[in-house]
Amino acid sequence: MLSFAIWTPIVGGILVLFSGDREPGGARKIALVFSLLTFLVTIPLYTQFDTDTHMMQFVERHSWVDVFDIEYYLGIDGISLPLILLTSFTTVIVVIAGWEIIQYRVSQYMAAFLIMEGFMIGTFSALDAILFYIFFEAMLIPMFLVIGIWGGANRIYATLKFFLYTFIGSVLMLVALIYMYTQAGSFAILDFHFLPLSLTEQVLIFLAFLVAFAVKVPMWPVHTWLPDAHVEAPTGGSVILAAIMLKIGGYGFLRFSLPITPAASAELDWLIITMSLVAVVYIGFVALVQRDMKKLIAYSSIAHMGFATLGFFVVFRIMNSGYGDSGAGLALEGGMVQMVSHGFISGALFLCVGVMYDRMHSREIADYGGVVNTMPVFAAFMVFFAMANAGLPGTSGFVGEFMVILASFKASFWIAFLAATTLVLGAAYTLWMIKRVVFGAVANDNVAALADVNKREFLFLAILAFAVLLLGLWPDPLVEVMHPTIDNLLDHIADPKL
Amino acid sequence: MTPDFIHPDLLPALPEMVMLAMACLVLVVDLFLPQEKRGFTLLLSVATLILAIAAVIAVTPTTSYVTFGGSFVLDQLAVVLKIAVCGIGILVFVYSRDYLIDHDIYRGEYYVLGLFATLGMMVMISAQSFLLVYLGLELLSLSLYAMVAFNRNSLIASESAMKYFVLGAMASGLLLYGISIFYGVTGTLDLNEVADSVALQLAQNPVALGFALTFIVVGLAFKLGAVPFHMWLPDIYQGAPTSVTLFIGTAPKIAGFAMAIRLLVDGLGDLQLDWSLMLTALAIASLAIGNVIAIAQTNFKRMLAYSTISHVGFILLGLLAGTPGGYAAAMFYTITYAITAAVAFGVLIMLNRKGFEAENIADLSGLNDSNPWYAALLALAMFSMAGAPPLVGFYAKLVVLQAVIRVDMIWLAIVAVLFSVIGLFYYLRIIKVMYFDPPAAEQQTTIKEALDVRVLLGANSLSLIALGMFPSTLMAYCVLAFS
Repeated sequence: MLSFAIWTPIVGGILVLFSGDREPGGARKIALVFSLLTFLVTIPLYTQFDTDTHMMQFVERHSWVDVFDIEYYLGIDGISLPLILLTSFTTVIVVIAGWEIIQYRVSQYMAAFLIMEGFMIGTFSALDAILFYIFFEAMLIPMFLVIGIWGGANRIYATLKFFLYTFIGSVLMLVALIYMYTQAGSFAILDFHFLPLSLTEQVLIFLAFLVAFAVKVPMWPVHTWLPDAHVEAPTGGSVILAAIMLKIGGYGFLRFSLPITPAASAELDWLIITMSLVAVVYIGFVALVQRDMKKLIAYSSIAHMGFATLGFFVVFRIMNSGYGDSGAGLALEGGMVQMVSHGFISGALFLCVGVMYDRMHSREIADYGGVVNTMPVFAAFMVFFAMANAGLPGTSGFVGEFMVILASFKASFWIAFLAATTLVLGAAYTLWMIKRVVFGAVANDNVAALADVNKREFLFLAILAFAVLLLGLWPDPLVEVMHPTIDNLLDHIADPKL
Repeated sequence: MTPDFIHPDLLPALPEMVMLAMACLVLVVDLFLPQEKRGFTLLLSVATLILAIAAVIAVTPTTSYVTFGGSFVLDQLAVVLKIAVCGIGILVFVYSRDYLIDHDIYRGEYYVLGLFATLGMMVMISAQSFLLVYLGLELLSLSLYAMVAFNRNSLIASESAMKYFVLGAMASGLLLYGISIFYGVTGTLDLNEVADSVALQLAQNPVALGFALTFIVVGLAFKLGAVPFHMWLPDIYQGAPTSVTLFIGTAPKIAGFAMAIRLLVDGLGDLQLDWSLMLTALAIASLAIGNVIAIAQTNFKRMLAYSTISHVGFILLGLLAGTPGGYAAAMFYTITYAITAAVAFGVLIMLNRKGFEAENIADLSGLNDSNPWYAALLALAMFSMAGAPPLVGFYAKLVVLQAVIRVDMIWLAIVAVLFSVIGLFYYLRIIKVMYFDPPAAEQQTTIKEALDVRVLLGANSLSLIALGMFPSTLMAYCVLAFS
């Protein structure tokens, strides 16, 4: 089942690649078929998912490199399932969004996204550390090419920075993984969870993981690759980066850092909390002064992901404060909801910027103004997504932030206070951008000549708006899925396993 | 009284004998061939290598088998390495054909020298005495010197050959000096007897043994191209005809690895603490210098030379771990590196045409526009060398790192991975040039290669993915060789 979800897009990608560029329409259609097929394959993962257990489900376990005990070991729980669905969903949107926009080397473009999708689903479902690492690294290659080939003017700088940053983070993780293998005699992640480690070992392993995942999330101060990569990437690349790749960092914290090194996480939680709060507050201010829309959304992504990491690591303070597991569970679930919701919202915002960029070839806020007069339907969507980004109740952006802030209050008033500034800051930078871009009088002739969204653009924006609204009004299906897993995780990290 | 003459069992040396006989045959046959029939020499040479592989498989022993009075050994290690050397020889011969034709050096001697070099490597691989190691090494080196100078009209090639010869002779001298001291201390050239004797002498003669070991390690480091004995490598890579660089850059690495195993592990295993320390210094220096200086190169062949140096650092890491797992890791690394390098040089050689010598990184620009297939193959090789999964280069690095971590040298593993991130940059630059840069003017033509070259190069490249996905089999052979 999981293998289908991983290999369908990869096989599709290879087919698209070999279909060539002589018939770009064919490449597009094959890509769409395979992305839809993958989405359909991932739906049963949800419908047949057993929400009563924290055990891994849909497990596939085969010996792979038996000399070194590396296994082809797949399985999902409540943490990985939502992210897998998010991946297969977003890829369909990206394929549709690149339909007419990409005219150069269409087959390579579509193939890159399909293959990347397979690798990302693999990352979320791998239960063998080396298998995880392979998928984790392999997805960089198509993204590197996507930014480098179809990116903007400064794309080469951006894509090299992106690749080197993420690679340097992950090699230290590789050393940590091999070290744990020499201790545990297996590469299975679940075995690592129960591996007793001394505090020194835990701290070193924790730091190795931190470098890898903090770069990916990205957390302040290793976030600088993200604005560059986002700005230069084509719209589809930005969407995948924001919606899914960043989530892999958060997922890594939940799958590796917390359960493998609980004592070190408890010991060093101040570090992550500080980094997250700096991301929320400082990066919020940085977003406020951006002139480039994509850059603004990129910084907003960093701030929002700060919420997710805050939720993950504030749990130790909540557990020590006497409120018990319910508050801690709220924080973890809030972080997860925030990740999923951010996947939809940031993806949607990048698509909105893409829609305008395709018409105007500018991302500068100053070049716009009064877009609502010429593109009323589009403006409605953009305002809606901006509201969601600012955390308007009723949208998915509100749910995650609210849960994390609520839980943080049980840890410390000041943590919650600083986190809550995002409600003001987020509203400020998002709505100010909206005011300058969408509202007001028509700024110039170019804006006056704008045509409203076509059917294709309407389609993907409407689907995303529906998802954001659904998750905002009725987050239960999502929370239910992850509930047993989160509870189990909390039980697990309460034991420092020294 | 009749002298005792024990007839040696010749069977284990069957592949070498096949090689020797066929190489002589090729030499003679080639004399009578007109230039337009030169293809027959190639065919015969490839047939020789295939025969040699078949012979190796035919005589594969179940346990290690010693003959010629203990100086020649045929074990699992020898079998795997010989097959690898001959297999890569086939790739080299086929890839270089069109290059040789275009540069008017399509002569039978190229193949004869190549066959003799391969024979030298096979002897090195099976050598179980100092003398035979040296014999094989010299047969290899002398053939290579001649091959580098093969294009006699090229000034730069002649210069390289001269440099290679002088430095190589010096290194051989150093190695020989170390061997002579060992002979003085132990009274034997047989590596097994040396090993026994060293164990006894360790307490009495530590200075002499350490002194001799230093010379052996220096000689080895030179032949492998480890820093600080690497100076010849970039010049030779650049100066030699690309077809020869292709040869030097691939198979001899495997022979060098075999030499290191035979000398250091089989013969001087009891001095492991000493040579591990020396190799640690060599490995760190190679990783650092190789990776950092490669960034500054504009010549693709020179860049690959520095990249080789950094990969030698990784091979040394596996060796210095001093465990069977480490040797197996180094072996896996060496073989897969040779396969990967064959792809990189193979694609470079395809870009050469009559009157146009592709060797600069700029010559690759826009390759994806003119030849997407070859660009993809080279990209695979680059990503594999950089150690990006799921390609085989990742796996090679993984097993080496694991061997190093197992002996509690985590700091060394961290040094290695950090330098490999630096190395990543120049591999990515090749990708960048091919995929993101506009095409260079000379590069507009589509490469039209013969079908056999295309098939072989494609299979060679796809093996990087296949070995990356399913490394078990090869890895199992490597582990078996040291169990």
